[in-house]
Amino acid sequence: MNDFLIKISLALQTFKTHRLRSFLTALGIIIGVSTVIAILSLIEGLNRSVAEQIQSIGSDLVFLTKHPMVMAGPQNIEEIANRPDLTPEDAEAISELPSVETAIPEISQQLTKLKYRDKEIATVRLVGSNEYFSTVNNRLVESGRDFNRDDITHRRNLCIIGSYVAKNLFPDESAVGKELTVRGHRLKIIGVYKEKGAFLGQSMDNFLVMPYTFYEKIFPRRGESIFERAFLGYSVDIKPRQGQVERTIDEVRELMRRRHGLSFDKKDDFELGTQQMLMEIYQNITRVGFIAIVAIAAISLVVGGIGIMNIMLVSVAERTREIGIRKAVGASNQNILSQFLVESVFLALIGGIIGILFGLVLAWLISVVSPLKASVSFWMILLGFGFSAAVGIFFGIYPARRAASLNPIEALRYE
Amino acid sequence: MVKKKSTVCRALRIQKTYWRGKVAVEALRGVDIQIKTNDYISIMGASGSGKSTLIHILSCLDTPTSGEYYLEDKLVSSYTDLELARVRNRFFGFVFQSFSLLPRLTGLDNVALPLIYANVKRQDRMRKAGAILHKIGLGDRMNHRPNEMSGGECQRVAIARALINDPKVIFADEPTGNLDSKTGAEIMGIFDQLVDEGNTVVMVTHDASVAAHARRIIKLKDGMVEHE
Repeated sequence: MNDFLIKISLALQTFKTHRLRSFLTALGIIIGVSTVIAILSLIEGLNRSVAEQIQSIGSDLVFLTKHPMVMAGPQNIEEIANRPDLTPEDAEAISELPSVETAIPEISQQLTKLKYRDKEIATVRLVGSNEYFSTVNNRLVESGRDFNRDDITHRRNLCIIGSYVAKNLFPDESAVGKELTVRGHRLKIIGVYKEKGAFLGQSMDNFLVMPYTFYEKIFPRRGESIFERAFLGYSVDIKPRQGQVERTIDEVRELMRRRHGLSFDKKDDFELGTQQMLMEIYQNITRVGFIAIVAIAAISLVVGGIGIMNIMLVSVAERTREIGIRKAVGASNQNILSQFLVESVFLALIGGIIGILFGLVLAWLISVVSPLKASVSFWMILLGFGFSAAVGIFFGIYPARRAASLNPIEALRYE
Repeated sequence: MVKKKSTVCRALRIQKTYWRGKVAVEALRGVDIQIKTNDYISIMGASGSGKSTLIHILSCLDTPTSGEYYLEDKLVSSYTDLELARVRNRFFGFVFQSFSLLPRLTGLDNVALPLIYANVKRQDRMRKAGAILHKIGLGDRMNHRPNEMSGGECQRVAIARALINDPKVIFADEPTGNLDSKTGAEIMGIFDQLVDEGNTVVMVTHDASVAAHARRIIKLKDGMVEHE
C-alpha cells in the first residue's frame, strides 16, 4: 500500500514536470469519455421522457394497421400495398368484440400551410376519425363541443383543433365558430382540445380532427402510387377493456382474418401492435444509437490509448538512465513494470475523470439550451472510469514491459 | 573486527564477449577472482582492459558469457531476474563514477531508494537514510536535490545509498573520476574508513594513487589478470 502511494506520487511528479504533454496525451481519453457520458445521459433522458410520454397517452391501446408500425429491415412495399385496405366498417366490427371497449378508424396526413386570415401554420396533421376519437386518445374538448354520431354520418364539414393550432391562428379570440379552408373545402371549428404539451420539442397539440366521412371527401383515394396505397389508408385504434390487451389482440386477429377470408395457411395481411411494442421498437432504435455511440467512443478511446502508448514510450526512452539506476539499486523487472503501468493508468484515469466531469457539464448544458433532457446514472460514471482504466492498462503494458526488460548496464550507459 | 575471513564471491574462468555490430569484442578472457570479507581491492588497467566489465559482472549488473560465479557458494548463473534484483538490492552496493542519482529526488530520497525495493516501511526508510547521511557528513544537506549539491556531496549521497542495505560488498567504478583531487581524497577517506569498520570494498580505477589505498591490487590487461 505504502509502495503503491509512492508510485502514485512518482507518477504525479512526472505529470507536474510535463503538464502540457500530459494534458495533450490525456485529451484523447477526455474527448472519448466526455462524448460517451454526454450522449449516454441524453439517451437515458430521452428514454425516460419517452416512457413517461407513452404512459401519459394513457390506457394500453392496440393498433391495427395495414403496414408495419416501423419499417425495420427490407420490406416488400408492393406486398403491403396490395393488402386489402382497412375500413371504418372494420373498426365498427371490432367495436363489437367482447374484449373491446371502443375502436375508431383513423386516417391522417400532414398538411403544409394552414391559414386563417393573416396567420398561418407551416405544417399541421389532419386527422379523420369518428366521435370516439377523444375517448380512445385520452383527449378532452376544452371549449366548444365534441363530435356526435350525426356529425359523422351526415358527413358534416366540422373540425376540432389542437390547442397549438388555436393559439397560433386565433391568439386573441375564440376559435370556436370560425371557419378554416382546407383544399378548397370550408371547415367549421366546433371545439378546441386541452393542451398536452410538447414532446422532444414537438408540440403534441398541432393537429385538426374532422369526421372521417368528410376527410374522404377532401382527400378522395384515387390513382395512388404504391407508396400511398401502402401507407396512407385507415388504421384502427382499439381501446381494450381493462386488462384485456392480450385477448383483444387474439380476437381482432381472428376477426380480421375472417373478414379478409384468409385460409389457415396464409399469413396475416395486417399488423397488430400495442403501445408496449411501440416502446420496444423505440428502445430498439435507441439501442442501435447506443451501439453506434459505443463504437465511436471505442475508436476515440483507442486513439487516446495510442497517444498514451506513444508518450509512455517517449517517457521510457527519456528515463532510460533512471531505469538503469533503479535496477542497479535492486528494482526488479516487476517493480519497473508496475511503476510505468501505474503511470499510464493514472494518466488515463485523470483523462477519464476530466472526461466524466466534462461530459456531465456538456449534458447539462444541452438539456438547458435544448428540449432534450439529460439523465445521469451511476453506471455511466463507472463505465467511463472502467474504460479509461482499461485503456491505461492495455496501452501502457507494452511501454512498461519495454522499460522492465532493459539491461541495467546498457540503461546506465544511455545518454 | 572480523575474526575469520570467509569467501564472499568466487569467480572462475569468467569470459565476456559482446557484439559491437558484427565485431565480437572479447572484454574478459577467463578471469579468476576471489573476494573475501573485509577485502579492499583495486582493479586497475588501461581503458579497454575489461575492468569495468569485470566489476559489472561481479556486482551482478551484467552476466558473463561463460564461466562460473558464486556468491557464498551459490551459482549466480542459475539466478532468475528477480533473484538478481534481490542480490543487487541486499547483497551489494554500487558507487558509480557519474554518481547516478535520480535528479528529481532529494539526497535523502535517493539514499532511501534501495529500501523501497526491499519493502521497508517509509518511516524506517527515512530514519535509516537520515542516520547514514549524518554519519557520512551530509546531515544538513540531505533535503537538497543533486543539482544543488557539489560533486563531492553527490558522491557521498551515492556512497550512502550503496551502504543503506548493509551490503556484503561495496563496488565502486572510478569513484573519484569526476572529482577534483582534494574531494577525491576525501571520498577515498570514506572508503578507507568503511574498510576499517569491517566492510568489503572493490573498486575500479586507473589512478595509481587511488589504487594505493587498497590492500590488494589486481591488474587487468586485455581481459586477463596480469598480476596481483
